[in-house]
Amino acid sequence: MDSSRILIAYYTIVRKDVVRMLRLWKQTFLPSVTTTTLYFLVFGTFIGSQLTAIHGFSYIQFIVPGLVMMSIITNAYSNTSTALFMAKFQRNLDEMLVSPTPEWVIVLGYVTAGIVRGLIIGILVLLTSLFFTHLLVHNILVLFSALILTCVLFSLAGFLNAMFAESFDSIAIVPTFILTPLTYLGGVFYSIEQFPHVWQSVSLLNPILYMVNAFRYGFLGISDVNIGMAFVVLISLTILLLGMILWLFKKGAGLKR
Amino acid sequence: MPLAVSIQNLHKTYGGTMEALKGVDLSIVEGDFFALLGPNGAGKTTIISILTGLVVKTSGDVRVFGASLDTDSSRAKSYIGVVPQEFNFNIFEKVLDIVVNQAGYYGVPRAEALKRAEVVLQELGLWEKRAEMAQKLSGGMKRRLMIARALVHRPRLLILDEPTAGVDVELRRSMWDFLRTLNAEGTTIILTTHYLEEAEQLCRNVAVIHKGEIVANEPMETLLRHHGDKRLEDIFIELVQGDALTPGLSKASPLNQ
Repeated sequence: MDSSRILIAYYTIVRKDVVRMLRLWKQTFLPSVTTTTLYFLVFGTFIGSQLTAIHGFSYIQFIVPGLVMMSIITNAYSNTSTALFMAKFQRNLDEMLVSPTPEWVIVLGYVTAGIVRGLIIGILVLLTSLFFTHLLVHNILVLFSALILTCVLFSLAGFLNAMFAESFDSIAIVPTFILTPLTYLGGVFYSIEQFPHVWQSVSLLNPILYMVNAFRYGFLGISDVNIGMAFVVLISLTILLLGMILWLFKKGAGLKR
Repeated sequence: MPLAVSIQNLHKTYGGTMEALKGVDLSIVEGDFFALLGPNGAGKTTIISILTGLVVKTSGDVRVFGASLDTDSSRAKSYIGVVPQEFNFNIFEKVLDIVVNQAGYYGVPRAEALKRAEVVLQELGLWEKRAEMAQKLSGGMKRRLMIARALVHRPRLLILDEPTAGVDVELRRSMWDFLRTLNAEGTTIILTTHYLEEAEQLCRNVAVIHKGEIVANEPMETLLRHHGDKRLEDIFIELVQGDALTPGLSKASPLNQ
């Protein structure tokens, strides 16, 4: 397949999924905006107003980057896992598998759609946060890089989940029992400096901590972890997941028989 | 005559123990209307799924118009259009989108895909339904949609896996006419069906597969003549019962020489 045909196939996969997510906006975008609005209201305004500043920033300013990141992680993940699982479940994934579209283009198409959803959600949640606080931007490059890399990483993770999912339960288990706890424990609502030393060390094993802190650094210029290390973690995990998916896809695991 | 499909010593074992194909050899010439017959679980769908890239073969050599599935799978797949046994499109997508997206996966530009989709949907009597969601189509319309989808990239080889299952007599006859015309225009067709009258009416050559092995591979006329002008249904039952198999029948096939 030559490059122009690959580009058309890639565009078709992305377009199809973006049309789907826009058509289903009440399921894809509204819930995250509603939930984060409640977080801003309850934790940011009602409870946060009674808390002392963290690293010199009001509590709501501190949690905005984490809450945006939380929405991005959940949405990028669920977009690829749901879209791929549904295509597997209805067997219309076969439409792509029988075509000459290379496996890496199929992965790239789904991941791009995950990025699109993550970015749209990120923008919507940031716009919502403007009703509660004002935003600072410390380093746009770090902010944007952390945003894109997180979208890519969790879109890949969702893809991997859907490859092996046998039922709807299988795609709900990971977000509920792994992603959500890791996100809550990933420094969204607090700085790990407030923890005893042992728990600080344990927290450093949580990859989401690095993403939240890199993103927060982009906005506020503060971080619990070294920013360079945060990007090393993000890039390493992305390469690892991408390599795994392409290898498994080539072998037919989960998608072929 | 150049070969559309060349299969040599094809093996497929599922889960390390279930041997679905036991060294299948099959050659189908370009322009043929070829019947691949066999009882349920004989290995027909496995062969088709390997040809279309949905199943990973265990060993053997498979070529489509000379392109190897191992070294040039993208080119091999680009020659094939497939109509599977079960409906496998997204039922929530519109008829036109299903066909146009399929063209996109083969690298057909969107403007061209829309023109081609109109042609195939008109030919199959579905143009009026183009804006309907696929779930609203009748069973016969869904079958025709799958044929339209398989033809939109103008394949040189069309594989039909039980295309008339559950279709009424009138529609079946009109599908036969459609397929005859398509074949007369140069498209090679492989047909699997449980309606043996259908194979007898349409196909020039026939292979019978039983328990993962080809037990007959003949021109239809020769097969019928070798068995004293019995009906294909009676010959088929003899062949798959095993004890009545004429020794060397498959070797005698001119297609295997």
